[in-house]
Amino acid sequence: MEDMLFYDRLQFAFTITFHYIFPQLTMGLSLMIVYFKWKYLRTQIEKYNNAATFFMKIFAINFTMGVVTGIPMEFQFGTNWAKFSELTGGIIGQTLAMEGLFSFFLESSFLALFIFGEKLMGQKLHFLTGFLVFLGSWASGWFILATNAWMQNPVGHEILENGKFVLDNFSELFTNPWLLPAFLHNQMASVVTSAFVMASIGAFYILRDKHSEYGRLFLKTGVVFGLISSLLVAFPTGDWNAKNVAKYQPGTFAAMEGIFETEEAGAEIVLIGQPNMIEKKLDNKIAVPNILSFLTYQEWDRQIPGMDQFETEELPDNIPALYYSYHIMVGLGTIFIGVMGLALFFLWRNKLYNIKPLLWTIMFLVPFPYIANITGWYTAELGRQPYLVYGLLRTSDGVSPTVSSGNTLFTLLGFVGLYMLLGLLFLTLVGKTINQGPTPQKH
Amino acid sequence: MELFWYIAIGLVLTVFFILDGYDFGAGIIHLFFAKKEKDKEVITKSAGLFWDSNEVWLVAAGGMLFMAFPTFYASVFSGFYLPLIIVLWLIVFRAIGLEFRGQFKYQMWKDIWDKSFGVSSLLLALFFGIALGNIVRGVNLGGVDNGVSVHEGHYFFLPLWDSSFSPLAEHPGVIDWFTIIIGLISVVTLAIHGANWVILKTNSSINGKLKGVIFKLNIALTVLTIFSLIVWQKVNPNSLDNFSHKPYLLVFPLIYLTGVIGLFFINKIKNNRHAFILSTLIIVGGITSSLASLFPVILPSVNDMHEHLTIYNTAASEYGLSVALIWGIIGFILIFVYFIIQKRLMSGKIDHMDYGH
Repeated sequence: MEDMLFYDRLQFAFTITFHYIFPQLTMGLSLMIVYFKWKYLRTQIEKYNNAATFFMKIFAINFTMGVVTGIPMEFQFGTNWAKFSELTGGIIGQTLAMEGLFSFFLESSFLALFIFGEKLMGQKLHFLTGFLVFLGSWASGWFILATNAWMQNPVGHEILENGKFVLDNFSELFTNPWLLPAFLHNQMASVVTSAFVMASIGAFYILRDKHSEYGRLFLKTGVVFGLISSLLVAFPTGDWNAKNVAKYQPGTFAAMEGIFETEEAGAEIVLIGQPNMIEKKLDNKIAVPNILSFLTYQEWDRQIPGMDQFETEELPDNIPALYYSYHIMVGLGTIFIGVMGLALFFLWRNKLYNIKPLLWTIMFLVPFPYIANITGWYTAELGRQPYLVYGLLRTSDGVSPTVSSGNTLFTLLGFVGLYMLLGLLFLTLVGKTINQGPTPQKH
Repeated sequence: MELFWYIAIGLVLTVFFILDGYDFGAGIIHLFFAKKEKDKEVITKSAGLFWDSNEVWLVAAGGMLFMAFPTFYASVFSGFYLPLIIVLWLIVFRAIGLEFRGQFKYQMWKDIWDKSFGVSSLLLALFFGIALGNIVRGVNLGGVDNGVSVHEGHYFFLPLWDSSFSPLAEHPGVIDWFTIIIGLISVVTLAIHGANWVILKTNSSINGKLKGVIFKLNIALTVLTIFSLIVWQKVNPNSLDNFSHKPYLLVFPLIYLTGVIGLFFINKIKNNRHAFILSTLIIVGGITSSLASLFPVILPSVNDMHEHLTIYNTAASEYGLSVALIWGIIGFILIFVYFIIQKRLMSGKIDHMDYGH
């Protein structure tokens, strides 16, 4: 039984982590493509249009990957989490089906039109198709976040005697106080990823002295979008989310911040330290007193309950993983603000394109926004443990009752192998596109 | 309300099989009949341009099934765990083949991905047929063994096969001789459908030959269909009850029959679009007839202990289904609009369309 739960969780974690490499880029990138397209409509300068076309190619590769890795996500609710699906399908089925009907079709139809239809429609219509792709991909984020928000903070349902969750109030699924901050935080984080990808490609072109006109455009646009989004991720959206966790999941809040013991006179904020689960303390701790109380409640001496205030069965089952995920996300977010701030400063002084160390840094930073996005999601998901539906349905009660651990391990290994191949394909395709560059091909 | 969602999901699934069916079929045709590089390339393209927007329909069907019939979704997806995951792998693997093929110019490279595209298309067609076969045959709900139920009454788990490979065995597996027959019907149908698609959308040099292929496959389909109807009676004795009680349901088998008979005149059909419509009719008729023979059951129980899963005992709450009706109608109208816009733009032969890079 223990093994079964472990493999089911590992398979979901592995497949969703791999899947989320792709949508986080497409959501942010679609916004930036709309920006280029809009610039082109305003200025009629050809390079903006070429930039939009180039990034739509990268978008399309990521979208394809998102589709093929997304289908297993949807199926896994049924295959590995049958009990969860049976009990909550009447609720989260709503938002998931809406995602399919409203956003997926929109995105895929207009993506094809954007790529193949530029010559057949005018530029204004082409801009509109780009905008609809953006709308579709963000709507997709909205519905997935609505699903997750219900699992984090269940609302609008009643529980029947047989344990089934039944929808009671549809609109509450979308007015859930968890949803809006989580959605905005997630979308801003996905803009961070796309901005870093764009800036990184720009830096690569400049350093390589190839397509450098586009290199400068990409770097500039990436840095501006990157700084704005990095700031918005931290404040107000990140702050707002943290307050929500403190309010709705206080045990999770203590665990992710690494507060083992309640301090009467206000909680400190931990910058560095390793959770020691045996002695229930942080090793090698560096912390600043009272800051956490201030950040969370704007009161220096406000008491924040530590993990000692909660039953072990109510706390997340993997506290170190939760703690590290959260701190990696926050740490990386801070670095992003610093690097992008510095880059914007030099851009303003007209020096950025010549400062090689900074260009190299930006180029190699590209994996880190992905890591930050994914550890952010780990924070949300590990933080919700040991529940699937917070406070109401335990993760161990959601697995498929008939699927044995041997079968799950078999399929997990299969996914690992197949996704390695898929990752290779992805890198080949994106690498080729970047290498080819945005200069229009002459036929 | 259950009935509405049953029909809506059936419709979306049928659209999925019509659309993704032609690119599965194109893969099967590619595997057996495309010999020249130019033909291989253009057939790959005729699938490669469209497969991802076609598979959106599968995602939509899955989401709707989850929303409207959560108990069925949970039961079937966990019960058919292994075959379903294998289908997922094949879908991913097939996509890899389609997207990888054009990336390098070496012949050997192309050969590898050609085969992977063809074989995974073939296996997917087979598995989808086998899935349908399992649904009409029914499963051992509750995992009853010697009169004792091992699971709750709406759960089960099927191994890939039982050593007897018989649908009449005490614990039949996913693959038995009956489901294989349905699987073969699916393969042949989709091959015909794919051949029609290739003729319709490309100028490949095998287009002329494919009409003869369709004719021969149609003979095979007729034989398989007649054979399956005979054994169907043995496997699920109640399968004709619905048709005798409600004779208007016979319209579905008639749709199937129209398609099959029509395709015997493939060599006389001038407009390729008409031929494509005929193979579409076979798919529509095949799926709807199978569903109609079971209705309102969606998964029969083969033991006496547990009742069949029906659209009524697996549905979500009335309130949920009614709310979903409102957004569902809006959603379907939008999808219809996108679909029309897209089809108008992507009509015609695709030989000169830019695919890949």
